[in-house]
Amino acid sequence: MAIGEVPVVPPPSAMRHARLLSTWGEPPGFFGWFKKVHHTSIGTRFIVTAFIFFVLGGILAVLMRLQLARPENRFLGPDKYNQFFTVHGSTMIFLFAVPLMFQGFGTYLVPLIVGARNIAFPRLAAFSYYIYLFGCLFFWVGLLLNIGADRGWFAYVTLSGPDYSPGKRVDFWAQMITFTETSALATAVCLAATILRHRAPGMSLNRMPMILWEKLVLSFMVIFAMPAVMLSSSMLLLDRTVGTQFFNPAEGGDVLLYQHLFWFFGHPDVYIIFLPGTAIVTTLVTCFARRHIFGYAALVISTISVGFIGFGVWVHHMFATGLPQLGESFFTAATLMIVVPTAVQFFCWIATLWNGRVQFKFPMWWVAGFFFVFMIGGLSGLMLASVPVDTQVHDTFFVVAHFHYVLIGGAVFPMFGALYFWIPKMTGRMMNDHLGKWNFWLFFIGFNLTFFTMHFLGLRGMTRRVYTYLPEMNWGALNLLASAGGLLMAAGVLVFIVNFFWSRNNGRTAGADPWRAGSLEWAVPSPPPHYNFAELPTVNGREALWDAAPRQPVVIGVREDMRETLVTDTLDADPDHKMDSPEPSVWPFWTAVAVSVLFIGSVFSAKSVEYTSIPVAITIIAWYWPRWGESQRRKATEIWSE
Amino acid sequence: MLRHVHWWLVAAALLLLLSCEREERSFRQTPASANVVNTIQVSQLHPGGQQIATPAVPNIYEENAYAVSEGKRLYENFNCVGCHAHGGGGIGPPLMDDEWIYGGEPANIFSTIMEGRPNGMPAWRGRIPENQGWQIVAYVRSMSGQVRTDVASGRSDHMQGKKPEANTPREQPTGITGAPAHQ
Amino acid sequence: MRIARAAAYATLLIAAGCQSNHSMLRSSASRQAANIEWLYWFIFWISLVVFVLVISFFARGSARSQVDDEEMAPVLPQDEERDRGAKAGVAVAIGITVVTLFVVLALSVVTGKTTAGLTSQNPITIQVIGHQWWWEFRYPNPQADLTVSTANEVHLPVGKPIVVLTTSRDVIHSFWLPNVDGKRDLLPGYQSAFTFQVDKPGIYHGQCAEFCGEQHAHMGFEMVAEPMDEFQQWLQQQRKSATDPQDITTVRGREVFLTHACVLCHTVRGTDAGSKVGPDLTHLASRRMLAAATLSNAPGSLAGWITDPQRLKPGARMPANPLQPDDLQALVTYLRSLQ
Repeated sequence: MAIGEVPVVPPPSAMRHARLLSTWGEPPGFFGWFKKVHHTSIGTRFIVTAFIFFVLGGILAVLMRLQLARPENRFLGPDKYNQFFTVHGSTMIFLFAVPLMFQGFGTYLVPLIVGARNIAFPRLAAFSYYIYLFGCLFFWVGLLLNIGADRGWFAYVTLSGPDYSPGKRVDFWAQMITFTETSALATAVCLAATILRHRAPGMSLNRMPMILWEKLVLSFMVIFAMPAVMLSSSMLLLDRTVGTQFFNPAEGGDVLLYQHLFWFFGHPDVYIIFLPGTAIVTTLVTCFARRHIFGYAALVISTISVGFIGFGVWVHHMFATGLPQLGESFFTAATLMIVVPTAVQFFCWIATLWNGRVQFKFPMWWVAGFFFVFMIGGLSGLMLASVPVDTQVHDTFFVVAHFHYVLIGGAVFPMFGALYFWIPKMTGRMMNDHLGKWNFWLFFIGFNLTFFTMHFLGLRGMTRRVYTYLPEMNWGALNLLASAGGLLMAAGVLVFIVNFFWSRNNGRTAGADPWRAGSLEWAVPSPPPHYNFAELPTVNGREALWDAAPRQPVVIGVREDMRETLVTDTLDADPDHKMDSPEPSVWPFWTAVAVSVLFIGSVFSAKSVEYTSIPVAITIIAWYWPRWGESQRRKATEIWSE
Repeated sequence: MLRHVHWWLVAAALLLLLSCEREERSFRQTPASANVVNTIQVSQLHPGGQQIATPAVPNIYEENAYAVSEGKRLYENFNCVGCHAHGGGGIGPPLMDDEWIYGGEPANIFSTIMEGRPNGMPAWRGRIPENQGWQIVAYVRSMSGQVRTDVASGRSDHMQGKKPEANTPREQPTGITGAPAHQ
Repeated sequence: MRIARAAAYATLLIAAGCQSNHSMLRSSASRQAANIEWLYWFIFWISLVVFVLVISFFARGSARSQVDDEEMAPVLPQDEERDRGAKAGVAVAIGITVVTLFVVLALSVVTGKTTAGLTSQNPITIQVIGHQWWWEFRYPNPQADLTVSTANEVHLPVGKPIVVLTTSRDVIHSFWLPNVDGKRDLLPGYQSAFTFQVDKPGIYHGQCAEFCGEQHAHMGFEMVAEPMDEFQQWLQQQRKSATDPQDITTVRGREVFLTHACVLCHTVRGTDAGSKVGPDLTHLASRRMLAAATLSNAPGSLAGWITDPQRLKPGARMPANPLQPDDLQALVTYLRSLQ
């Protein structure tokens, strides 16, 4: 093999394939769908569902822009507009960004990249999807029934309290958070365990692909951040349903407590959305510069730093509340400090490209878009980090512009790049580059038209969350421009959907490694069979396929007649012991149903929790009940001393 | 594939039609109410000795959380608190118990508010529009637990004098109507 | 070159529109706003330079080594030598970044101190109380009958420090005069104070900047900055009770006011109307605008507002008042006499 040529892993024999498939195959049919536990099934479901909600949230945005296109427009009244902007923001953050970037890509890719046959705790991963799906449906059915949340995606008290938000709308919002945070926590546990203990032998920590580092950091961020929002949303729910006084100023409650608790979660949340984008960019830059990434250690440390410092900047969302100046300055310093690791990442990527052999294939277009868009967002963030400037632009369209630039630039552009990169792996067909370019340009131009103009609107005094504005303000022309851009963006996304469906039937066959990339997911056929790897791999360097030795060893000794996985050591991935992997099971589904009934019931009646917790107990017991066949098989393999 | 798409669309459309009454925010509505008031009896006596239950007159606002919340706001703003406190009474009779001197049906209470009553209850007709009157009626009914838990107000953002209306147990009204209140 | 010129024209065009009585740029009426705007432009130019540099390096980096093959090219072997230059470059870039951030931090803290550090020598103290969806402005005075309470239009003297005590009666609002200073949230349960000073007389538009419910969009206010003697004149006038109506229509108008729903929510000092639920109307006719800077204070809009507020501000706390045409005419005449 010539230097630099990427090895192709030979497919297994038919007999081997059949044997592995009989052990690891997923149950077919309608009822089988509810029993699936393979990470590719669950990951695909996350990606598809989250993308559907991306589109739904986008439709709401288009409707909002139609309302704002002209001053004193009567297309949407204040009530509908409030519901739309709240559901739009909540959907994008809770039902799209985290589920797709962290849970979807994580569940699908991580077990393949570590070289395992399945994710750790597969039934928990399945449960994570079902509870997420039920949360989405609960929230959106609410919108369709006029119970759409209408107090903003962060629902500040006392506006979201019982006196000023009658009915169940805010309760639906608060409980949606419970659904999605439970789901995210479950996924975090699965991914952290997979990354720490299921890596292929030879994949020591300093040989982990960037995506694994990022998902590991993310899992810990989720575990530390989600409890804060669980607290704030539960305290709000209790205030509204049971009559606690957490946020009642007249009885000693505190409205700023809510803001602190919420933003202690809220800020790490946006880094939970942004970090996957950086790992995707690292992966794409590595592959399309045809070289190992420059500054691997720096990138790892940057990712971890962002994870840490991200927890120390939350007060920059509260600069207008009148907190003491010295305290606010600390948070300015922390917010500026977090620019450093991000800048390091940018410089390393540029250095990789500079000294590489760049092939600007279509996924790289989205990396270019990321550079352009995220940079603008990050730089407007510099302005927001400074307290005096922030007191002017806070809660105006300037902030709306900023966070759309960082979130869409930092997550959606890399997401599209990732989809064009990995969909060939998931479906076995390449996407159409020509349609892709239409997708890119419509989305890119539309995005900048919409959100760049919003910077000016904010500087000219237009506050956010307004369903209309007076003609005398002279904001009409810019708003019309922004609305036009919104339509272009929608067209761009539509082209992507058309491209996806076209490619599934007409795309060029991808093969195992169409991009000649280096990580382990490219060593399996496209789409991967349910056993992932015919031979469990070992790893010789940071890019498993590029650094593979001429006769790279494989793992033997793991049983193939039952679901067995290899557990390796955390630091150096030395083989440690073998572990059973659970068979397909319907109990994650039923547990999710029982938990959903408990969550939804508690919104309407606090007392109902007494009764609805019984089915939850039953389903969890059934989930963990040992299976006779499995335990007999395991016993037969163990050595018992008499 | 397309068949599945159609199914979801139909379900979504149906849901839109079943829009939840509780959450409706009607800012400009006046329910048809004037005629109804005249059919409410104001005396407990019936010829022939047998008690007849008063026909129940529904108040659509009792299904609507926004209306009950508005009623609560108006109850404070128009100083009903001055005589009735937060339902415990004082100069005026309590409103959170089961005893209704002039009847506990929504139309009875509406009549009380609009026409006034002897010994101190002012007449609000002409001062407040009728839909605000009905909103206050809905709130007053919630004080004795007559309104569903998911519609009645949660805890107030003021100092607490009593349990929130949503957690108030339901009283069985006595007085003119005698028979238990309609569902 | 053409692109640069087009960009310059576009910037000028957009900047020209920046001047208004509700923009934070190019319209500063106070040193706070001017300082903040200076800091904004400083960070803006740094951002522009950084953006151009990074994008250029990205573009150059991608282009200089670009390969256009259909097939994926072979992988480059790892090479320490080749990366040495890049290591130096990245180190320099990180150094520049850190220094720039320190500069921004220092300037930010300094600017913050100048905006917060107005010495209060004989300040004028006002109270701003947020309601859904109108502004209560009070000018407290140790002597109770000299305290002024007005709504939606605040007058302030030029050249004097103003101490603003903020709170809210219901939900979180935010007091924002873009031409004058940054915003401050009005938090229920908190009384928060900040200071600013207006240096240029004029009429400035303010807006509520924290989502506060259905009519957050229509919760504006006006600030009239005038020389001290005019301000004192205005304050004196505001302290007076309402003038007694003279002619028959105005008398009839007051009667309408006192016998309809108006009296339940509004105060007109000098009459029996003393409710604190809605804005104080004692000097309604002295204000430029109605309904929290939503409508101009003209007879037509006043009549329309009274008859059906829900059409203009759906969700507002004021109900519809279907009056007989004669009564409405008399009421409007009376209200317009409340100078």
